[in-house]
Amino acid sequence: MSKDIRIKKGLDIKLVGVAEKTTTAISQSSVYAVKPEDFHGIIPKLIAKEGAEVKAGDTLFYDKSNEAVLFSSPVSGKVVEVIRGARRKVLAVKIAADATQSYKDFGTKDANNMSAEEVKNHLLASGCWPFVKQRPFDVVANPDQAPKAIFVSAYASAPLAADLDFTLAGKEEELQAAVTAISKLTQGKVHVSVGKNSNSPFANLKDIQLHKVSGPHPSGNVGTQIAQIDPINKGEVVWTLSAQDLVVIGEMLLTGRLNLERTVALTGSKFATPQYVTAIAGANVADLVKGNLNSDNTRVISGNVLSGTEIKEDDFLGYYDNQITAIPEGDDYEFFGWNKPVFDKVSTSRALTFSWLTPNKKYDLNTNTNGEHRAFVVTGSYEQVFPLDIYPMQLLKAFMYKDLDEMEALGGYEVAPEDFALTEFICVSKQPHQKIIREGLDLMREELG
Amino acid sequence: MSLKQNLHNLKEKYKGKKMAPAFNAIHTFLYLPNEVTHGGTHIKAADDLKRTMNTVITALIPCLLFGMFNAGYQHYAAIDPSLRTDVLANFFTFDNLWIGIIKVLPLVIVSYGAGLIVEFIFAVIKGHEVEEGYLVTGMLVPLIVPIDTPLWMLAVAVVFGVVIGKEVFGGTGMNILNPALTIRAFLFFAYPTWMSGDKVWVYEATERAGTADAISGETILGSYAQNSEVIYSNWDKFMGFIPGSVGETSTLLILLGAAFLIFTKIGSWRIIVSTFVGAAVMGLIFNAVVSADVITESSKFYGLMNTPFWEHLMIGGLAFGAVFMATDPVTGSQTNKGKWIYGFLIGFLSIMIRVFNPAYPEGVFLAILLMNVFAPTIDHYVVQGNVKRRMKRLKAKTA
Repeated sequence: MSKDIRIKKGLDIKLVGVAEKTTTAISQSSVYAVKPEDFHGIIPKLIAKEGAEVKAGDTLFYDKSNEAVLFSSPVSGKVVEVIRGARRKVLAVKIAADATQSYKDFGTKDANNMSAEEVKNHLLASGCWPFVKQRPFDVVANPDQAPKAIFVSAYASAPLAADLDFTLAGKEEELQAAVTAISKLTQGKVHVSVGKNSNSPFANLKDIQLHKVSGPHPSGNVGTQIAQIDPINKGEVVWTLSAQDLVVIGEMLLTGRLNLERTVALTGSKFATPQYVTAIAGANVADLVKGNLNSDNTRVISGNVLSGTEIKEDDFLGYYDNQITAIPEGDDYEFFGWNKPVFDKVSTSRALTFSWLTPNKKYDLNTNTNGEHRAFVVTGSYEQVFPLDIYPMQLLKAFMYKDLDEMEALGGYEVAPEDFALTEFICVSKQPHQKIIREGLDLMREELG
Repeated sequence: MSLKQNLHNLKEKYKGKKMAPAFNAIHTFLYLPNEVTHGGTHIKAADDLKRTMNTVITALIPCLLFGMFNAGYQHYAAIDPSLRTDVLANFFTFDNLWIGIIKVLPLVIVSYGAGLIVEFIFAVIKGHEVEEGYLVTGMLVPLIVPIDTPLWMLAVAVVFGVVIGKEVFGGTGMNILNPALTIRAFLFFAYPTWMSGDKVWVYEATERAGTADAISGETILGSYAQNSEVIYSNWDKFMGFIPGSVGETSTLLILLGAAFLIFTKIGSWRIIVSTFVGAAVMGLIFNAVVSADVITESSKFYGLMNTPFWEHLMIGGLAFGAVFMATDPVTGSQTNKGKWIYGFLIGFLSIMIRVFNPAYPEGVFLAILLMNVFAPTIDHYVVQGNVKRRMKRLKAKTA
């Protein structure tokens, strides 16, 4: 049985560089890194010091505020370097990988026979817990809370996003083990959303409530789906997992090994052949893109163009990311760029911008801001791409002037930064919406959480 | 070295200096900056505030050009009423345009000059970029003043309007009142004899008053308010061959501008439509009062109350206010529901003020300023509806 979710408000940004559906296996990188900043809101406490030998699945660090939440090494090898920033903040833990990988054995489990407590402890011990994120606040879930439901989006609508039906094909067994296990963690349901016309490996799984979504981005964002299915109220918690990470959990249950290998989409106009590759979380990006990337004046992004992280070419794949995007930098001036007719950029207005004439054209957008930062002026435009029952501008303003009562009343518990990616994209005043939301959520978490 | 490179080097040289905003304002006018995204979305849509403002200015240009011709036409037609028998032949003449050039262009230049000087000074003092809001205000102001407004008066009003109406609140995007209307209100209350009456609307009408060459410059609203005969046909009123403020007479061209703003999604069609609806409703109420014989022909309100409701939409500044003033996103309602209420009340109050204030029958700018003040209140209640819905959901859950 499935329920349909139709999203009307939104915007599909069609870009050049969709990944071809061929997967190349990439040989193992020599160095991997885990970046604590990928896990927003945790304070890492290092266990594996420089020089320590680790197996794949051994703990590298834990969260200072909840010592049960462990973060594991993706590969076996030797911790070669801990990179620290200001105030000795840990930025990355680098591991030189062994030629042949050895895994820590967590023992095989049958998810059907596990209790909630066993599932939770097993996920915590194996370092799989960071895959479980929570709302409100969009951080790694607090294992001591009980979620009213768990949400998984198996439909990716972001620009150039990896096709999950393709990357997860054949993983039914792992996914089933994982959803059965996590379904023990909530009194409510595990809601899984798939594309309406998709051929998803989730289609025939048990222990889930299946939803079919259609409509423009952000229909694939889990936040959009939560709002449609069972919105978050004050005092409630929901957990979210990405479909990709369920495979890791499933494999860990079935084989006892933590295997962070995943299929990653290389996308964007700066790739000679945009395609899929297999890689382990934390892999050196340079190894993944070798011979494929045109690195001349290029922005490399771990993730998608709306909510991904800017990285250097020799940086490392983000812990949650299954996509690397490369687009041109836009650090050039454009003569009379503010008033001449525009044919090669996307716009939701028709103010001498002509993208409305060619809805199916694929654009090669660069990183130029197309204007300067200003105060909020235009009204009514965000609502057209924002499907939640929230007043986006009013919430953003409340987050900016930090009125906690208003932040709460206007829907602050329901949002994550990525929900404001499209409004940020179309913002005429070029306001940093996602940053405003992230900082506001951190404040709410501190004061109210 | 190319101009682009030269300007880039200058920008680097001025970076962090006091005059940087002034230089950047001119630089960004020539070139879209080379700024790239950091920390948020990596790509951005094509629109910026300059483009938005430029779209509104484009929509105003037909009104400005028409106003320039009309300045001359009203002048000559007041001297020789026979010109009115064949408007089309006597309208688009070089003589008419010449009066527009010597009278209207200076208004535009002074408006932009005074306003932009204030903007630049504030940008340099406060160290922020020169913002684009004044680009539209500077064009609106000359279109809503009488043709004979002295230039010094306009400059004083512009400085007042920009400083008190906008900069003290923090600049573009922060103001409560529409700056163009603040300027208009300042002119109206500081120099009422120059802003109302039956002489100010036609070039030289004031100068010639009392002489043998005296000409009348009465507007339609003035005539109605005096319960006197109106000499203009409905065709004239719709096309705009009538006396009035410089650029607000032609309902046809205003509607053309409205169509452009709505098509480009820059102007809010909700506000435009609801303002006209509100005005029509108030007009219908007054028409009903007249047809129910509640007031007599001797009443001083009779003339305007008896004006058919659809005619109210064409005369005075109602159409111009609805399309170009009420739709200012900063001072108007910000929620879609709020925009309906806000627009409706502007139209409704405009006609009410127009009828009940015969001394100065133009109520549109007062109605819009009043609703500017109330727009946040309207939004507050609309947003509270959303908050309540959220609370209800919570209650339903816990019950």
